[in-house]
Amino acid sequence: MLKLGFKSYIFKKSLWLFHFGGASCNNCDIEILDCLTPRYDVERFGMLLVGSVRHADVLLISGSINQKDKVRLLEIYKQAPKPILVVAIGACSCTGGIFAEGNVFAGPVDKIIPVDAYIPGCPPKPEAILAGIFKLLKKK
Amino acid sequence: MSKPTIIPIGPYHPLQAEPELFKLYCDGEIVKDVKWETGYNHRGIEKLSESKTFDQVFFLVERICGICSTSHPFAFANCMEEIVNVEIPDRAKYIRSIIGELERIHSHLLWAGLAGHFLGYNTVFMWVWKYREPVLDLFEIITGNRNSYAMFKIGGVRRDIPNNLVPTIQKNLDALKHKLDLLIGVVMDDPVIHARTKGVGVLTKQDIINFAAVGPTARASGVAIDVRQDDPYAAYPLVNWKVITAEEGDVFAKVAVRLLEMYESVSIIEQCLEGLKKEKEGDIEVKVKNVPEGMGTGRAEAPRGEVFHFVTTDGGYSPVRHKVRAPSYTNISTFKKSCVGQTISDATISLAAVDPCYCCTERMAMVYDYYNKKPILSGKDMIKLSQQKTEELKKKL
Repeated sequence: MLKLGFKSYIFKKSLWLFHFGGASCNNCDIEILDCLTPRYDVERFGMLLVGSVRHADVLLISGSINQKDKVRLLEIYKQAPKPILVVAIGACSCTGGIFAEGNVFAGPVDKIIPVDAYIPGCPPKPEAILAGIFKLLKKK
Repeated sequence: MSKPTIIPIGPYHPLQAEPELFKLYCDGEIVKDVKWETGYNHRGIEKLSESKTFDQVFFLVERICGICSTSHPFAFANCMEEIVNVEIPDRAKYIRSIIGELERIHSHLLWAGLAGHFLGYNTVFMWVWKYREPVLDLFEIITGNRNSYAMFKIGGVRRDIPNNLVPTIQKNLDALKHKLDLLIGVVMDDPVIHARTKGVGVLTKQDIINFAAVGPTARASGVAIDVRQDDPYAAYPLVNWKVITAEEGDVFAKVAVRLLEMYESVSIIEQCLEGLKKEKEGDIEVKVKNVPEGMGTGRAEAPRGEVFHFVTTDGGYSPVRHKVRAPSYTNISTFKKSCVGQTISDATISLAAVDPCYCCTERMAMVYDYYNKKPILSGKDMIKLSQQKTEELKKKL
């Protein structure tokens, strides 16, 4: 998907990340924040967590998506500038994880919006999150 | 009276990692009322629990909340052990308490960092999260995972802490104590932090009783409520420690209570490690063959307050009814008192002071204009407002 020249130009430098926490247990959210703190420090690669999806190049999604979140997720995806990379972080957003049988579960993220990368784990370690994003960048 | 302006905080904004919508009804800059809307984080856990076996439920309740991911299994284990009526070995008790207290330290550090961020002290945020890493490393050494430890089972724990690991843990704790001294020095001596947090978001003793608040929120207002003391479980009756309380009930008192509690936690862990050395290695569980019909309640003191679990069983493999009450559920209602009458820039830290955990309860917040329903302040703006106030104060002092 990311082989076109325009797209690889867009994602060349300084990716800005927007974090969407679905119905998660918070672990993945905390590990994403952990990536920003001194031990992992993604900011040295120009990555920055931004407050609005309108400024973002990458949409990070953590947690399972319930019916109330699904509407918001679609809206946020609509607001996002295209092209955008969507990364599903953690078992819940990849497959639904332990909550997949729940009565309010609205499907894993890739049934709702297209996903570019999956980072499994419950929660994935910050190293895994970093590795996932870099693998995605190399693909382009 | 002028028309109120509604300021929504959430559901998806950087103030909290979790989704939750707060609506602040404002007159000018003063917050008149606050309402909240939850449901963004509903996963149907109580219903799911009825379809899992007792051993599987531990993994499920662990994922109610990632930050207090030991307190829920802790309460559930207490609950199941009441139904089965077993006494677990002392070594398992010590291990449970060690995990519980390590979790309290990492949770309070996490909160201190976020509070620093809201006040505009990003340095505090970065440094505190750096100090938190060695605690997570300890978890990784002991349990194999940084979060979600999967240590608990009915009748004991899944993994032992071998005695040769004790010096490593002790070494990390000593390093941590030094860092805590530094942190307390920074917070207690900074005039700007005093100015921003003293007298802000005050909850009196009577308010706490009226709202039935629990945990550090209650203890900061002089209510010495702590499940570890009131209804002792695991190794807490076997070690010496005291409940930290403060009288003022403002944000500063909540900061102080949390910081001092970390010292207590370190001391509890040290005593538990001493206790571990006396017990035989490997004696960590009682085999439980089946769960009889019955009802049980279990309580545990999470970093945020009391976690309560209620389970009904019918002699089968899974719970018939499982009810969970998390501490944030009662603590969130104190916003009605702590935010009202404050300025918008103080509302951020007042909300954060309770350390609300919505994955336990649920989560998000935004500011809306009441009449044309347009958002006027996003969460980012709220933090900016709060940080601006700190800047102004810094200049003044």
